[in-house]
Amino acid sequence: MTAPAELTVAPGAPPEAYLEVRDLRIHFPTDDGLVRSVDGLSFQLDRGRTLGIVGESGSGKSVTSLGILGLHNRRNARVSGQIWLDGQELVGASPETVRRLRGKTMAMIFQDPLSALNPYYTVGDQIIEAYRIHHQVSKPAARRHAIDLLDRVGIPQPARRVDDYPHQFSGGMRQRAMIAMSLSCDPELLIADEPTTALDVTVQAQILDLMRDLQEEFNSALILITHDLGVVAELADDVLVMYGGRCVEQGAAETVFNAAQHPYTWGLLGSMPRLDRDVRTRLLPIQGTPPSLITPPPGCVFHPRCPYAERDGIPCRTEVPELVPAESGHQVACHLPPAQRREIFTAEIAPKL
Amino acid sequence: MAGPGPRPGRPSRPDIVVTYLGRRLIGAVLMLLVVSMVTFAIFFVVPLVAGGSSENLAARYVGRTAGSEEVADTAERLGFNDPLPVQYGRWLKGIVAGDEYDLGPSVERCPAPCFGYSFINRSPVWPELLDRLPVTLSLVVGAATIWLLAGVSIGVLSALRRGSVFDRAAMGVALGGVSLPIFFTGLLSLVIFSYGLGWTAPGSSFTPLLENPAQWAYNLILPWVTLAFLFAAIYARLTRAGMLETMSEDYIRTARAKGLPERRVVMKHGLRGALTPIVTIFGLDVSLLMGGAVLTESTFSLPGLGKYAIDAITTNDLPKVMGVTMLTAFFVVFANLIVDIVYGVVDPRVRLG
Repeated sequence: MTAPAELTVAPGAPPEAYLEVRDLRIHFPTDDGLVRSVDGLSFQLDRGRTLGIVGESGSGKSVTSLGILGLHNRRNARVSGQIWLDGQELVGASPETVRRLRGKTMAMIFQDPLSALNPYYTVGDQIIEAYRIHHQVSKPAARRHAIDLLDRVGIPQPARRVDDYPHQFSGGMRQRAMIAMSLSCDPELLIADEPTTALDVTVQAQILDLMRDLQEEFNSALILITHDLGVVAELADDVLVMYGGRCVEQGAAETVFNAAQHPYTWGLLGSMPRLDRDVRTRLLPIQGTPPSLITPPPGCVFHPRCPYAERDGIPCRTEVPELVPAESGHQVACHLPPAQRREIFTAEIAPKL
Repeated sequence: MAGPGPRPGRPSRPDIVVTYLGRRLIGAVLMLLVVSMVTFAIFFVVPLVAGGSSENLAARYVGRTAGSEEVADTAERLGFNDPLPVQYGRWLKGIVAGDEYDLGPSVERCPAPCFGYSFINRSPVWPELLDRLPVTLSLVVGAATIWLLAGVSIGVLSALRRGSVFDRAAMGVALGGVSLPIFFTGLLSLVIFSYGLGWTAPGSSFTPLLENPAQWAYNLILPWVTLAFLFAAIYARLTRAGMLETMSEDYIRTARAKGLPERRVVMKHGLRGALTPIVTIFGLDVSLLMGGAVLTESTFSLPGLGKYAIDAITTNDLPKVMGVTMLTAFFVVFANLIVDIVYGVVDPRVRLG
């Protein structure tokens, strides 16, 4: 197999950022072979900042987020690499240590709030439970806290709705309740996994606004996992584009949107519907299907779908491109020479967006 | 369709519960009425259709030595020559309000609920049923406690350690429990534990609980375990299947993401959903057995309702058989009512009404 991508930071060095993920690999042994869901992912995130992780289904976004929270079953997942949270390494830490951080220091908002909330308990019970597991407080105090939280996320009549069951809430309110639950212990790291995918468009905007306000209020680090570039454009400071379990492009949101350099990112941008475009103009979907995570294509994982593969004899089919700095703090994993990428983007891609 | 604006006034919960209970009670009574008609038809109409006569019935009361004149006289006195609806009405009235029976030399008052007189020993059926009930009740309550505790805990452990040696062994034994009939396991356990090792009572003995609790338990332990073995096996399999399903729900992942200890995740969030179907079949199983655990009581010669029913059937003692049938029907209908109410408590999504 190929050698792991060279790290920008030496493995033993102390972390610089609040959250630092180094060469994270999450593999699942199955009967069909080893599934490499995440294969050498590194990134940094500071408090008060928002990182958008984008990519297709199966690119390893959710697996990464569950990996940071330590939610993978150690019996069927092999996790390696390092995850530094506020100076503490989590991959090698005991499950009990990670459990104590979970819900308190780092919390998660899940995609579908109906299935993510337990139908057998009231919304209040579930928030109170999340709070009391990490704080020694009486039930009435925790209940007041829960009502406060529901009020803060914009649920009307929180003192009454606290005793409702999830099925008595509307979709948007459920997601608000879910957010209230994840905020119950003032987490410093918040991971939102497709927080708006299951919601109506109008509700989506409200939830995004709410998350932006709350992030400012709590000064937390936010990881926003989505396949919706519109959501990323709305909230994220930095963007990390994942493909086949690896990072293919990473940088400030503005740079990634305005000067994307990886052909896969171009494909994502081209697939995004826009209101200001002529209706008859066709979207530019990425050809082909996502790669197998068991037997990934040799060389660059994206080469079977890349229209520029092997151009001018670059070794796309044989050599794995490394994530190297491009311009302005931007990192790209592509064999195309930077000058050529810029040229293609300005000449062929940007006019169609 | 919930429109904007204030919610329409909904009736308060206690009102709904009372209306619901009232309706269900009426339904239960109607159901019992239907059962009584069917029972009466099976025992009184079917023999007539099959070519029997009212004299055949009367002959059972007066015995073999009686002359045909005496038989005809008895048939007339007991009203066997009346139209069937009249006979049914009289039987029903006996159950509700009591009846007078002219058994020959004297007229006897049979107080409600009157299930008639035995063909064989001319004793009223109801006091005999009451006499037998504590035996069956003791047997069923003890066995049900054992099978519920054992079955559910084994099922939970099996699901959590799916594929382990424990799981395979437990499910193997459970398969045996489901497949082996009571009269086999019962006799086998009698041979080993009672006649062989002398640890338990040899059956055919019952001591009322209030008289001597230790002796009561000692006499019943073998029937309890034997009966519980069969049901524990079914419950273990059901619990295992339910737990495997609920433990893969999204809300379990949420519970873990909150930082709850695994034990709490399983017991509070996992088991709750898995128990809902268990509640239903538990109610039905217990109520059916309350009408007589026929095989267990026969195998261990316990003087309960099941044994009573078997003896009545072998001696063709119709009033006794009908009495046990109606009592069983009552238990089943009543248990169904309780199960439905409990269901509303267990699962908040169930709407009463």
